[in-house]
Amino acid sequence: MSLLHLAIIAPFLLAIFIPILYKLFRKVHTGWFVLPLPILLFSYFLSFISITSTHKTITESVPWIPALGVDFIAKVDGLGLLFALLITGIGSLVVLYSIYYLAKDKEKLNTFYVYLLLFMGAMLGVVLSDNLIVLYTFWEFTSFSSFLLIGYWYDREKSRYGAQKSMLITVLGGLSMLGGIILLYIMTGTFNISEIIDQAAVISASPLFIPALICILLGAFTKSAQFPFHIWLPDAMEAPTPVSAYLHSATMVKAGIYLVARMTPVFASEGLWVWLIAGFGIVTLFWGSFNAVKQTDLKAILAFSTISQLGMIMSLLGLGAAALHFDDVKNSFYGAATAAAVFHLFNHATFKGSLFMVVGIVDHETGTRDIRKLGGLMNFMPITFTLAIIGTFSMAGLPPFNGFLSKEMFFTGMIRVLELNIFNFETWGMLFPVIAWVASVFTFIYSMLLVFKTFTGKYQPEKLEKKPHEAPMGMLISPIILASLVIIIGFFPNILSNSIISPALESILPNNTIDVHISFWHGFKPELFMTIGVIALGILLFLTLPKWRRVYDFFPKKLTFNRLYDSGLEMIQHASNKLTKTYMNGSIRSYLVYIFAFFIFILATTIAVKNAFTFDTSNISAIGFYEVLLALAVVIGSISILFVNSRMTAIILLGAVGYTVSLFYVLFRAPDLALTQLVIETISVALFLLCFYHLPKKRNEERNRFKLTNAIISIGVGTIVTVIALSAHSNKVFDSIAEYYVENTYTEAAGKNMVNVILVDFRGFDTLFEITVLTIAALGIFAMIKLRMGGKKKNENK
Amino acid sequence: MKPNDVILHSVTKVAVFIILTFSIYLFFGGHHNPGGGFIGGLSVASGLVLLYLTFDIETVRRNIPVDFKKVAAFGVLIAIFTGASSLLFDKPFLNQAYGYFNLPIFGKTELATAVIFDVGVALAVIGTAVTIILSISEDG
Repeated sequence: MSLLHLAIIAPFLLAIFIPILYKLFRKVHTGWFVLPLPILLFSYFLSFISITSTHKTITESVPWIPALGVDFIAKVDGLGLLFALLITGIGSLVVLYSIYYLAKDKEKLNTFYVYLLLFMGAMLGVVLSDNLIVLYTFWEFTSFSSFLLIGYWYDREKSRYGAQKSMLITVLGGLSMLGGIILLYIMTGTFNISEIIDQAAVISASPLFIPALICILLGAFTKSAQFPFHIWLPDAMEAPTPVSAYLHSATMVKAGIYLVARMTPVFASEGLWVWLIAGFGIVTLFWGSFNAVKQTDLKAILAFSTISQLGMIMSLLGLGAAALHFDDVKNSFYGAATAAAVFHLFNHATFKGSLFMVVGIVDHETGTRDIRKLGGLMNFMPITFTLAIIGTFSMAGLPPFNGFLSKEMFFTGMIRVLELNIFNFETWGMLFPVIAWVASVFTFIYSMLLVFKTFTGKYQPEKLEKKPHEAPMGMLISPIILASLVIIIGFFPNILSNSIISPALESILPNNTIDVHISFWHGFKPELFMTIGVIALGILLFLTLPKWRRVYDFFPKKLTFNRLYDSGLEMIQHASNKLTKTYMNGSIRSYLVYIFAFFIFILATTIAVKNAFTFDTSNISAIGFYEVLLALAVVIGSISILFVNSRMTAIILLGAVGYTVSLFYVLFRAPDLALTQLVIETISVALFLLCFYHLPKKRNEERNRFKLTNAIISIGVGTIVTVIALSAHSNKVFDSIAEYYVENTYTEAAGKNMVNVILVDFRGFDTLFEITVLTIAALGIFAMIKLRMGGKKKNENK
Repeated sequence: MKPNDVILHSVTKVAVFIILTFSIYLFFGGHHNPGGGFIGGLSVASGLVLLYLTFDIETVRRNIPVDFKKVAAFGVLIAIFTGASSLLFDKPFLNQAYGYFNLPIFGKTELATAVIFDVGVALAVIGTAVTIILSISEDG
């Protein structure tokens, strides 16, 4: 157990003590106990920068299930470290923010911080695990803690709905990812990512390559809210705002991106990987930004904006994967696309985190997040306004903020798609820059909407629940730090290049040394004109928004993905309910029909497939007169039972059959059996008579109604059993062991009655439990009759 | 009016005696001839049922104050303990033993632990049969 492992599970360990601390120190906000941990971890992970920036990695292993090849291998490389720093850094800020956001006396802080710490630990585990099974374990932990956090205000219907939705979708993807992991294991024989990467050639040659790729991608797409699995993210906004800021913008939704980046060296050799990721990414980018414009809730705008930005990162990663296909110097630009992805990933975490916190402040201080009610808050909340400006302008891609840089790099990547002459990009590639540009226009519009509808315009005090005022300082610290990062990186973009981005690229694209240099000024290149075009058209469309807003009404409400999800869920429930009702109808007769039909089917097919029916007359003994007579008696008796009208007759016929059977025993020389059968038959007939005497009188005892299914099935069962008996008798493989008993009954057990000696001596064990069965039956009957509840009491219970 | 079934009563008194004797014969003959614990127990039970049929249940219960549920349980216990006793002699469970002894009246007699096991079987069968019949008939 190394310090690194301890760092990963530290949040879990602290989570154990949170409820105790909460109970012991009621006066102190529980968040203060949590806060030191992410700060400590953040500084701990900072110390790794010196190692990873020299292109080294740290690997520590602890055996977990060695027999299955599952070890808890913690590996710090550039990519893992970038994520670990984001998780702990933003984690600290979010905890600080939540201390001021959540009231000490109104909220259940103990559960909140336990869930949050669980999430933090799980997320660290996801990004720092080198073993896929461990990664999967932590992955599901994030789904599960996210579920708990979304449903934090569980008394609200919408929270529960959102939590369930996100759970179903992310777990669907998680399970599919597990399938992909297992496929990878089948192909390579190991769960360790670094060993799997070494065997990338084996994997791409395997027929399981495509299924594994799709399974893994499904996991990544559901987690990262890619089209069409993005629907859970807007509903997850029912969570407390610190949670939205942390999970649903900065960290968890990037787990899918992490997975794609991590798996790029494994899968990128195929064009399908590039196509799928770039394609879904670009569609998500457009769909998210397009839908964000029509939202009226601040957090919904941010949710769709997150979806769109994740799509952007995803499409860049997809294109960047082409670098592994063409690693000549001329095309090192694909690596630049990956650099853009990593850079924007970092930028997005900073500005989106701060924007969520700003929205949380607005919500907290005015009591609403509806942009139709808000307006003119600039004068009341100047600091918040400034922070919002920084965040949104960065999001829209305006200089001098960091969003501008990554957007320029994004455009570069998209334009260069045209130069690709692989995977049919030369024909369809044109769509990429066009969609990207249009999506950026929408991004610009909603960013402006977000800041100007909230902070400028008419102040409407009558619609607000509280009188707005500036937030407390504690709430502002975190967004201020994030916003300053936005500006610092905007002005000095290269401070991260060598320390963080370059090592991360090294992990995504191994064996490609990419010199990352982010320049603020490209010169007059197409990217710049695209950005100018975005701003110009964006301003125009923003100002004329009320006029073209009706565009959104063209889309029928019934065709949304949410509707599809809801009706799908309902349909599944309805259909399974219906299906269950059709066969589980509560009638014993139907169940017997199923059982016997299955019995016939399975035995008949076995006999047919194995060609097992044989009929051999060689070891049959001669048939005597008495045997024919008795057999006739049994047959006549049994058949008559089916056709008699009264129960009494049926019982007597049954008795007759029983006595005939005991005569058979006499004939076949089994005196003990004959005696027992005689007495038992008598007793059971007596019991039958006793029972039928007490049956309620029907008006007229009807004849058994004839049912064709019953007839077919009973004839079928009879035939099958007969066929099997005949075949079995014709195929005696071994001699009987009866010789042993014949020889040893007297010498070993001192008895001459062989049946009895077998019963009490050779195989007394069976007898012991048969008499136990009898005793249990007696006690059961006694209990049923004597100890039953009176009819009166039964009714009361109902 | 209560019917006078004196003939039934008298015949029963004789018949039960014969039935019980025959049962004991069946039981002890079981090791060498047809019979044994199961059938012996059942015929004892049938004798008892005849008593219940002829006289009413209360009368029989007064004269034979036995709880047949306990009889059944006792039978199972005997069977288990005979089985377990072989463990004391370092033999497997239910290992039966026998020997020949010179008894005062019977002369050279064979005694086998299997008979004790059979006693358990017989008691369990008697207890079961009578308990079932009594419970059901008392319910009506």
